[in-house]
Amino acid sequence: MLNESTVLTVDKLQIAYEGGQIISDLSFTVKKGEILIILGPNGAGKTTLLRALQGLLPYQGSVSWNAQKISYLPPQEFLQRHNLPPLTVKEFYSFKTSDFNSIKSMITGIGLDENILSHQFGELSTGQFQRMLIGWALLDNPDVLILDEPTSGIDIGGEETIYSLLHKFWENQNLTIILVTHDLNIVWEYATQVICLNKQQMCMGKPDEVLTPEQLKKLYGTGIKFYKHQHR
Amino acid sequence: MSTEILLALILSGTVGAIAGYLGSLMLSKRMALMGGALGHLTLPGVALALLYDFDVSLGATLFLAFGVLLIWLLELKTRLHLEALTAVVFSSSLATAFLFLPKEEIDIALLGDVSQIMPMTVLVTVIISILLFFTVKKIYSSMVLASISSDLAQTSGSNLKLNNALYLICIAVTVALGVRIVGGLMTAALLAIPACTARNISNNLAQYTIISTISGSLACILGVIAYAILDIPAGPLIIITSALLFLISVFIQQKK
Repeated sequence: MLNESTVLTVDKLQIAYEGGQIISDLSFTVKKGEILIILGPNGAGKTTLLRALQGLLPYQGSVSWNAQKISYLPPQEFLQRHNLPPLTVKEFYSFKTSDFNSIKSMITGIGLDENILSHQFGELSTGQFQRMLIGWALLDNPDVLILDEPTSGIDIGGEETIYSLLHKFWENQNLTIILVTHDLNIVWEYATQVICLNKQQMCMGKPDEVLTPEQLKKLYGTGIKFYKHQHR
Repeated sequence: MSTEILLALILSGTVGAIAGYLGSLMLSKRMALMGGALGHLTLPGVALALLYDFDVSLGATLFLAFGVLLIWLLELKTRLHLEALTAVVFSSSLATAFLFLPKEEIDIALLGDVSQIMPMTVLVTVIISILLFFTVKKIYSSMVLASISSDLAQTSGSNLKLNNALYLICIAVTVALGVRIVGGLMTAALLAIPACTARNISNNLAQYTIISTISGSLACILGVIAYAILDIPAGPLIIITSALLFLISVFIQQKK
């Protein structure tokens, strides 16, 4: 039963691909305004889960959304930046809106210079490209933003910029964010809820409560050195 | 100027424009050579049309439909990918065409023929080209988005399966129209060269599509004019003109 404050209900989700079971028996809910982070080792099924949630893959079980508009940014390796037609950032944004003022204010909002609008994809640095994509995803005011490792390939400074940018939009726009990341620091700093995934649900709850050293060892199969932030 | 040349100019200019426009999308989807494979697929149809005296584009369309269906079925039945199957089917198709292609008609089938074009053929070609233009325009942004990421296109509301089907139909129909003017061997050039020319000298997507469309049309018009003067088959002249425009674009790019 969908509660008004529930954005997503997943019940007994099972995903199989080419005969192998990728995810089995996964159930969880996401409330409005939450930042849910999905943690897990490589091959745990994180990207598969995000794709299935949006109907990009066949699955068994149920996925119910209570949202008007969901935006998704695939992982970097699923995005082609080169060998494209000479598409400029302005033209890319124009696929979503013809309102040039809202395009300009989004570019400023994500901390990029307006000059970048006339640049082609191949001319952007990885950090600029990722910020530009986040702006594109937010352009039509989604209720939910789904991101898959948005900072892979970006240095530490750039990573911090991306997450503080996302946090700013989350605070201002009543966004719900579902995010896959490997970075435990980001989990401690921003997550309101975390799911540990390794083909099945290993833990779920508030990071402070569920992310114990034992749990992380169980999830990643090895001892993880981690520093737990105390300021939350 | 004779009516025959005027009709050839209108027909070739129109087909060149739509091939240039669609080709700009094919370059970005890295399908530049697909047009060539499909061109070869049309040859048995062209051969039959020449043997039994019916329209070559109609014969080409029939064999394209048959070939695409065959590739699709083989893809379902085997684990081979589209490109590999296309190679199998198009080369078999080419070989089949040579079995019954009349020797005196080989030039027409391979190099195209713009002489003796009927006004009705021009009218039908222009109407089909306009329909093609609006179809390609409708799917263009979605296909560009899909070339960045198919997931991004789908979650942005594109019906990728429908758009891909429309895209392939547009390619097949454009190839069927192109076969008349450049023959079954050179349709890839009709689709690919204008896009390469445009890619060299454009700064954004709008310029790219416009330059590709115009250079496709211009190459065909200049090729037909050269044919009227030199009395050499128009097909090779069109492709050579297109290649010259490409060379000019390389020089312009280097001067930028």
